[in-house]
Amino acid sequence: MEKFYYDNRIVRAFGYATVIFGVVGMLAGLYVAVQIYLPQISMNFAPTTFGRVRPLHTNAIIFAFVGNATFAGVYYSLQRLCKARMFSDKLSWAHFWGWQAIIAAAAISLLMGKTTGKEYAELEWPIDISITLVWVIFGINMFGTIIKRREKHLYVAIWFYIATWVTVAMLHIVNSMEVPVSFMKSYSWYAGVQDALVQWWYGHNAVAFFLTTPVLGLMYYFLPKAANRPVYSYRLSIIHFWALIFLYIWAGPHHLLYTALPDWAQSLGVVFSIMLIAPSWGGMLNGLFTLRGAWDKVKEDPVLKFMVVAITCYGMATFEGPMLSLKTINAIAHYTDWIIAHVHIGGLGWNGFMAFAILYYMVPRLWDTTLYSKKLATNHFWLGTIGIIIYAVPMYWAGFEQSLMWKSFTPEGQLKFQFLETVTNIKPLYVLRSIGGALYLTGALIMVYNLAKTILQGTFVPDEAAEAMPIIKEVSPKKEYWHRVIERKPVTMLVVSLVAVAIGGLIEMIPTFLIKSNIPTIASVKPYTPLELQGRDIYIREGCYLCHSQMIRPFRDEVARYGEYSKAGEFIYDHPFQWGSKRTGPDLAREGGKYPDSWHYNHMYDPRSMSPGSIMPQYTWLLEDAVDTASTPAKIRAMQTLGVPYPDGYDRIANADLVKQEEAIAASLEKDKIKTPANKEIIALIAYLQRIGIDIKAEPKKVIVADKN
Amino acid sequence: MSVIIILIIASITIASLFLVAFLWGVKSGQFEDDYSPASRILFDDKPAPEKEIK
Repeated sequence: MEKFYYDNRIVRAFGYATVIFGVVGMLAGLYVAVQIYLPQISMNFAPTTFGRVRPLHTNAIIFAFVGNATFAGVYYSLQRLCKARMFSDKLSWAHFWGWQAIIAAAAISLLMGKTTGKEYAELEWPIDISITLVWVIFGINMFGTIIKRREKHLYVAIWFYIATWVTVAMLHIVNSMEVPVSFMKSYSWYAGVQDALVQWWYGHNAVAFFLTTPVLGLMYYFLPKAANRPVYSYRLSIIHFWALIFLYIWAGPHHLLYTALPDWAQSLGVVFSIMLIAPSWGGMLNGLFTLRGAWDKVKEDPVLKFMVVAITCYGMATFEGPMLSLKTINAIAHYTDWIIAHVHIGGLGWNGFMAFAILYYMVPRLWDTTLYSKKLATNHFWLGTIGIIIYAVPMYWAGFEQSLMWKSFTPEGQLKFQFLETVTNIKPLYVLRSIGGALYLTGALIMVYNLAKTILQGTFVPDEAAEAMPIIKEVSPKKEYWHRVIERKPVTMLVVSLVAVAIGGLIEMIPTFLIKSNIPTIASVKPYTPLELQGRDIYIREGCYLCHSQMIRPFRDEVARYGEYSKAGEFIYDHPFQWGSKRTGPDLAREGGKYPDSWHYNHMYDPRSMSPGSIMPQYTWLLEDAVDTASTPAKIRAMQTLGVPYPDGYDRIANADLVKQEEAIAASLEKDKIKTPANKEIIALIAYLQRIGIDIKAEPKKVIVADKN
Repeated sequence: MSVIIILIIASITIASLFLVAFLWGVKSGQFEDDYSPASRILFDDKPAPEKEIK
């Protein structure tokens, strides 16, 4: 027998981080939830407006709260499943501090408006690189532990952790390809439809491999441990794992149904999404059946209570997901609060409750004591559960009702409702939602108190003693490590190196290859002028895409409301794409020319002066801050690198064009009795807004060939 | 739409990595016993008390 010690310090550190960032992330969420019906609380201060705090909320919950909870759970369970201390304490701490530094950098940069403009991948390029490095550290540490394990069989949870690591690494790298313009500013390599496809391939798989597979791994470890009984069917867990990871990576296009994405890609996404029900429900049933005959324990143990609701929410979300992938349902649900409800069933229910469960499980054990108060934990459970219901039901209602209102026509064939009416109509439901969120947060705060009391009454066990037999090395080559086997087989080795080389070669080829495929299919679509480009960057910085889509689907109501449906060829200069995924405000794909410049000026200064009842925040600083023209040449050059056809040397004269266009807009404002210096950001933003979607109008109707792909 | 080729290559690469891992798992007997691993994780590896004295 060998004696060794489990490292509990690293688990404690990640556990603390989970609690802290959980509360921070939920507070940010509650704040934006209130701001949506009380826009005044943005206090007219850029870093506290919806467009900047909402990415902070999503990033904090996904990468800081669930991320740290996952790491805490992995560091706890992996050591015990491998019967070995982590590979390297130094790497563990490098991972921990690296990740927390990334979170801090993310929080600051997002509030400053430094964003790539791609949802859930908003962080700018220096942070992207740090994430890659820290992820590699985590990988070395994890695989090192697996290699030095004392238990030959890899328990199914470990397979989930491995899949998580491999896939997240690839997703992050492919989606974060961007051309740096300056420190903390970059443009996506991909443009328009291509960018959208990459983004949602990433977005969908990030949900799959950051919020689902690692948490399923945790479920397979902590649920049997908490219930003290083996998982219902180990065989099912294995089948469920392999089926899930093979199916998940193909379902991404279901986020782009009815958009300008080619039809076959949409259908592929739908088919795989439907198939996903099987493995997802396999996992859910396996979890719930583990508790068969042990429901008396669920009554007693708060850990199991949280897990039961978490797994049930997982089952609901993974049934709803495939249903939402059906085009008929997606036509109603997309762009509405239905999707917000859907993700919060997953986020609050599955991820949040699972994180709470493992915290309640681990903390008493790490401090060698019992939970301070079961009653408080049970209260937390009920507050959380009721919170989820009060959150989700109003959002389902709001989504469904608003969508039906959007699609209503009068008997005369006119749109029945103004967009604004459909918003003011659901405001009470937004109020209810924030109450649900507040209840959930209150529950979490009760947990903080309960865990603090537990910690105070126990004594921390930094190094937990354990002993196990080492694996006896067998001589048979069959039982060797896989890389040894590959190394001795020349053909296999060749294939593996070919794959490695192919990846390297592709990375070199891709940029030119992408540019070639961006050859304009609609002749009248032209690159943005320097001022419009600057305006577009302001649009991205303020997070406009979080509430406004730029993608008109080919439906009667959308064409009647917004104009001609969007074509793939219109977006070839959009680095990054700004299609959005939610219409808290109206679509902007054909905004250009809809209103006079002065309307936009007044509307940005105070949206309610132009649209009474609007819930949009004020953007008064745009009227005061000057456009950063020093950045124009670098931006033009970056766009040229990406294949946008500005003439050679245009970067040097771009600012002259910019000033000319600024003065024209200032003059047009002056006609409407608005006096403003021409160099303000509002002018650039107006230039961009007036440009969106107008190019196609210059095209004679029959020549449009955009949709040929 | 050429970016789709990149995504397909990336996805297939991942899928083949998984496949290799799966085949390794099968060949090395990872999935031969689908009963005892589930129970084994329930036992802790706390050292026996008398050994601590030694």
